[in-house]
Amino acid sequence: MKDTVTQPVITAQNLQLVFQTNDGPVHALKDVNLTINKGEFVSFIGPSGCGKTTFLRAIAALEHPTGGTLTVNGMTPDQARKSRAYGYVFQAAGLYPWRTIAGNVKLPLEIIGFSKAEQDEKVRKVLELVELNGFGGKFPWQLSGGMQQRASIARALAFDADILLMDEPFGALDEIVRDHLNEELLKLWARTGKTIAFVTHSIPEAVYLSTKIVVMSPRPGRITDVIESPLPKERPLDIRDTPEFIAIAHRVREGLRAGHSDV
Amino acid sequence: MSRILPVLAVVLAIVVLWYAAAVKMNAAWVYDQAARAGEPAPAFSQLVRLTMNQDRPVLPAPHQVITELANSTLGMKISSKRSLVYHGWITISATLLGFAMGTGLGILLAVGIIHNRAMDMSVMPWAIASQTIPILAIAPMIIVVMNSLGVQGLIPKAIISAFLSFFPVLVGMVKGLRSPDQMQLDLLSTYNANGAQVFWGLRLPASMPYLFTSLKVGIAASLVGAIVGEMPTGAVAGLGARLLSGSYYGQTVQIWAALFAAALVAASLVGIVGIIERRTLKRMGMAR
Repeated sequence: MKDTVTQPVITAQNLQLVFQTNDGPVHALKDVNLTINKGEFVSFIGPSGCGKTTFLRAIAALEHPTGGTLTVNGMTPDQARKSRAYGYVFQAAGLYPWRTIAGNVKLPLEIIGFSKAEQDEKVRKVLELVELNGFGGKFPWQLSGGMQQRASIARALAFDADILLMDEPFGALDEIVRDHLNEELLKLWARTGKTIAFVTHSIPEAVYLSTKIVVMSPRPGRITDVIESPLPKERPLDIRDTPEFIAIAHRVREGLRAGHSDV
Repeated sequence: MSRILPVLAVVLAIVVLWYAAAVKMNAAWVYDQAARAGEPAPAFSQLVRLTMNQDRPVLPAPHQVITELANSTLGMKISSKRSLVYHGWITISATLLGFAMGTGLGILLAVGIIHNRAMDMSVMPWAIASQTIPILAIAPMIIVVMNSLGVQGLIPKAIISAFLSFFPVLVGMVKGLRSPDQMQLDLLSTYNANGAQVFWGLRLPASMPYLFTSLKVGIAASLVGAIVGEMPTGAVAGLGARLLSGSYYGQTVQIWAALFAAALVAASLVGIVGIIERRTLKRMGMAR
């Protein structure tokens, strides 16, 4: 289904991001070079402070790089933000308690200014996509944590952005729910063909989901390894017991360890 | 029942203490009367009887206050100058107008403070300073100044009310409008939402629980403001006037009845705000 021609969506060249703090400058990102192609599922993994979230936020123009170039859909991140090129899923669902699930999903559509009919149609479509049809009229507190996070994914998908940026979206959920949502996310990705950048702490999650795994290490935040996954597109959960899967997980672990030892 | 019982127990304890205090405080007059008449001091049982129904007791007994309250509300036409309903309404109307003015001012200032750094730096210290001025000192000045401008009656009292009630609303709304966390603001930023959309879509609804908490404090403060505002006007009308005229003429029963009326009005006003709060938050889906 994917085009065979690789088409870069996000490119970073010599990207630097330095935070000025009271204790002096902090190198959140140093010499980051990366290309994310259309339709890829790219995971960022690394210990706290390795800059994986900062990089995601820089793509979303929520942080501003201090050096190098970063383009999203060929534009600057800020232009991309203004043209609503991406949907962003945060670690917490962050649904408005005063809006129903449908109302929450509608939020970006109202802000962008879709017509009432279009709003309802899009809400119906994405709620179906995350298998929350029938829950549109509920308030967030009536849903479990996993369902809330699915609603927040629906909200990010509602306005049909090609890029989905996800910052540890399942980090706060228990393992069983997380496995289920990982499976769902893969299906959703296959169906929609979105380009997904996904930040995680979990090695199995990164290996299971990704076509490309970016291993990062802290002080200064940088990329230590980029692994192209040889796993097939169809991935049942028990693929995690295959030798290929274990080999990739091992390489990620080695990469993380290497990043740590030279600190 | 289990919730009413503790309340009843406290009420009962207060009533018992009150009666005891009434006997003790009103006894002096009884002894004084006996001494003047050259009679021996009355026995305890007689003393109790004589302290319960004095015309101008130091501390009226609870049943005297309740009787006066009933007589001056149910027992006379509401147009009568002695009716507490008449005076109560005058106070309530000033309270409500002042509350509306204070709430409006508080919300406007809060909106200014969160959107404008200069206002953030300058308004809050003045707002706090304004509340350190004793209301008793500033109330007569407001009445006099307004009077010299030809404004009398309701408006000056409402201004004093507003002076007291804008502050809790201001503080609560600043906190409420700032309650959305960075993640919520980042989310709207990813939609490229403008300032008005952030305000109406996120900040204002998020501030509602804070607003209602402030409104409850604010409406009680408004009532205090209206009552204080009625005192320097020469005790013409209102619960404050009843309090003052009662103290002019040593009518302690009248003072206490007015006091109770004021307390009942305050409780009702706060209760009404509470009901509106529950309804609104429930409709917004924020009550569980």
